[in-house]
Amino acid sequence: MSDTPTPQNTNSAIQFDELPDAPPKRKIKLSLLGKIGVVVLIFWAIVVAIGPMIAPYHEADILDEELFIVPGSDEMYPDTDFQPPSKIVLLGSDYLGRDTLSRILFGARTTIGISFIATTLAYLLGVLLGIAAAVGSKRLDMILSRLNDALLSIPSIMFALVMIAALGSTIPLLILLTGIIYATSVFRIARSLGQEVMVSDFVEAARVRGEGLWWIITREILPNIAMPLATDFGLRFVWVILFISALSFLGLGVQPPMSDWGSMVKENLPGLIYGSVAPIMPALAIATLTISVNMIVDDISAHTGGKLAKRMIA
Amino acid sequence: MSVLLEVDHLKISARKDDDNLTPIVKGVSFNVARGEVIALIGESGSGKTTIALAALGYTKPGLEFTGGQVRLEGEDVITMASDQLRALRGQRVAYLAQSAAATFNPALTIGEQVTESCVLHGILNQEQANERAEFLYRALELPDPDRLGKRYPHQVSGGQLQRLMAATALCGKPDLLVLDEPTTALDVTTQIEVLKAFKSVIKQEGSAAIYVTHDLSVVAQIADHIVVLYAGEVQEHGSAEQVVSHPGHDYTRRLMHAVRPPPAAGQGEETSSEHRREDPALEVIDIVAGYGKARDGTPAITVLRDVNVSIERGHTVGVIGESGCGKSTLARVMAGLLPAAQGKVLLDGDTLQPTLEKRSRSELQKVQFVFQMADTALNPRQRIDHILGRPLEFYLGLKGKEKRRRIGELLQMVELPQEFAGRYPEELSGGQKQRVNLARALAASPEVLLCDEVISALDSIVGANVIELLKRLRKQTGVSFVFISHDLSTVASFADEIVVLYAGRVMEKGTTDAVLSPPYHPYTRLLISSVPELRVGWLEETMQTQEAQAGIDRVVTLTDTGCPFFDRCPLAIRDTCDRETAPARQLGAGHAIECHRSEAEFVH
Repeated sequence: MSDTPTPQNTNSAIQFDELPDAPPKRKIKLSLLGKIGVVVLIFWAIVVAIGPMIAPYHEADILDEELFIVPGSDEMYPDTDFQPPSKIVLLGSDYLGRDTLSRILFGARTTIGISFIATTLAYLLGVLLGIAAAVGSKRLDMILSRLNDALLSIPSIMFALVMIAALGSTIPLLILLTGIIYATSVFRIARSLGQEVMVSDFVEAARVRGEGLWWIITREILPNIAMPLATDFGLRFVWVILFISALSFLGLGVQPPMSDWGSMVKENLPGLIYGSVAPIMPALAIATLTISVNMIVDDISAHTGGKLAKRMIA
Repeated sequence: MSVLLEVDHLKISARKDDDNLTPIVKGVSFNVARGEVIALIGESGSGKTTIALAALGYTKPGLEFTGGQVRLEGEDVITMASDQLRALRGQRVAYLAQSAAATFNPALTIGEQVTESCVLHGILNQEQANERAEFLYRALELPDPDRLGKRYPHQVSGGQLQRLMAATALCGKPDLLVLDEPTTALDVTTQIEVLKAFKSVIKQEGSAAIYVTHDLSVVAQIADHIVVLYAGEVQEHGSAEQVVSHPGHDYTRRLMHAVRPPPAAGQGEETSSEHRREDPALEVIDIVAGYGKARDGTPAITVLRDVNVSIERGHTVGVIGESGCGKSTLARVMAGLLPAAQGKVLLDGDTLQPTLEKRSRSELQKVQFVFQMADTALNPRQRIDHILGRPLEFYLGLKGKEKRRRIGELLQMVELPQEFAGRYPEELSGGQKQRVNLARALAASPEVLLCDEVISALDSIVGANVIELLKRLRKQTGVSFVFISHDLSTVASFADEIVVLYAGRVMEKGTTDAVLSPPYHPYTRLLISSVPELRVGWLEETMQTQEAQAGIDRVVTLTDTGCPFFDRCPLAIRDTCDRETAPARQLGAGHAIECHRSEAEFVH
């Protein structure tokens, strides 16, 4: 077999150029589930933007009994609470006879808005301190990390309950509390991502060049950890929604008459006995939003090789 | 000889985003007979690993078989079902990856890992497998074969791990071994030992092997037949003897040309005299440096001891030694990344601050560091024009048009097309990235360039091109170079002076010609004799030399007393070399050897 003929030796004129290292990275391709997630997310974004404008009633409106009078019947005072879905109230009415659909449309702004601001706050705090711990001295890292561990060790709902009980439930306090509680886990992720990039050769190259810390953080580190952080933002946002809904469910979150999905579930819980859909609908709203964000995050982290998912458990 | 594996018009393609197929392997055919070693040789991107993996019926994710067959004893492995493939892999065909250190699980003993696959496949029971493993340890000349199986991977050296990988692969008596660049990451001295062990064990076991590499001189030692690949096509195919001594194809000749001749005196290119001046540009004096907290001027782990090196203006100093000898540490001390515990670093005669933070911007500008791995040294999120533009802006204050013009000039200097300015590093090949890496250092208009193993990660052809580029740049700019490498032939062809480091001590230093001609320090001699030569039969000859027998495959160990090379030295004097620090013998014209032996004893 030693004399296997050499294949086409004719094109000796071809240039032996340096071959490319590897085919360029693939772009993120969303799966079907991911695409559905994006559609649902866009839907809720639109609701946040124009919800109160398209809502048939105001969130605090207790519907007039006259609306429910069936033409031809002689009933003067019909029940307005826990009405089943009809032309008048598309998703039924709640325990006070308010329109569930309108309250969900209004509540989207409160729930999503508060959660979004709180998550952003958590990110500002967590990333700032996390990167500081990653690039700073060992001592600073030690102090910040132990403080963070201490905060993490307090059960978050308990912590929030105590603080709200002491200071009263206002929306700014709610945002601040949630922001601080979730900043602890963001801190950990930002710190570990930052540490990884900090020891890379290109950061060392910047240090040898004499670059300042601020330049290294903003130009070398942040662009390289932005992607995993953005993905984590999605997940964290979901948890914040659930957390705020849980607080509202306990009556410590958003206060009436403002509507909020979590408190809507709680208020209308007795309606389950009458087969009312009033507690189901806001729960569905929470579920669709959180699951859709999750599906998108799953797609992205599958693309990055699942490395991300492991870190987020921390 | 009966044919074991037939690769028949194999075609493999990559599926792109838009579902188009790009061919990676374009109809490759060759056979492997029993007991025969076939080498697949080519640069990265030539498809050699892809073809080798096809022998296991495997393709990397994103690739797919698009035609042809790979028949193992007449059976096509491409169309095999997955449970058939499972039986095939590790049992009939075994794969040896490039990095043993990354392949072994640090939490399991060596014995468990070596025997795992063949016990799992039910070829042998645990007891038989242990016996077989011990037999293989002996065959591979591993130390302490009776107890080796009980040890953990971190307790053995890199070269030993690489051989243990071979034991793992051979444990189940496979018909075919696939070896993927098994010696590329090793020091020359270790490489010889591993090559020798592979060769003898393959012969002894009578198994066939596919050996993937880009290094023609390695192939000449181990292969019976050579298949030269370029861009997924076979360029030349023939017996090792024939391909090495009478290459028939242009591309093979180019590969051969890229193999640097063995280091010898007279290869160093004299730096043109216009840049030469007598005063040193950079000088380190009595440097003691290491890692861990320093106490009384001695770090917890002392890597460098009393190192003196001076780099004259326009000169190139090559620093050479095996891994662990302190080459990179020296460069880090010079750059200010690692403050020395004792000693001084002088730039233009002025003392430099030991730490980066205290050095002035113009001091930083004059000493530039070129990192080993261009892959990690370039920020993946910055375009090339940002990467090159930043030092221009930072040191020279260039902005706008002026900066863009200079970026264009820099790209031209390193022979890259202008449109690369708009690309990201991942869109470039390894060699191109290394050029950008160099251009970034040159952007600062430095006086001294510290090059840390800049071509070690590159293929031979690409590396040779980068060396040519460096030579040209040196002529053009008159920059002084500190060129760190474990590859003596590269240093020999590039440096004016050579510093031989071992365990943080300077063993020998002098002009390239003086270091590479007798009298040698025993360590220099070992390094020189370990560089593989491009001819069949070199390996066997080398193994006979006393340097090789005394010195190969040992780890560099740091010692506090005596000469650290003591335990590997064929000329070591018991009770002297291991106790007293060796004297520096001046042999004239700046040539110094640190050894207890006298000049007359070196010459042999």
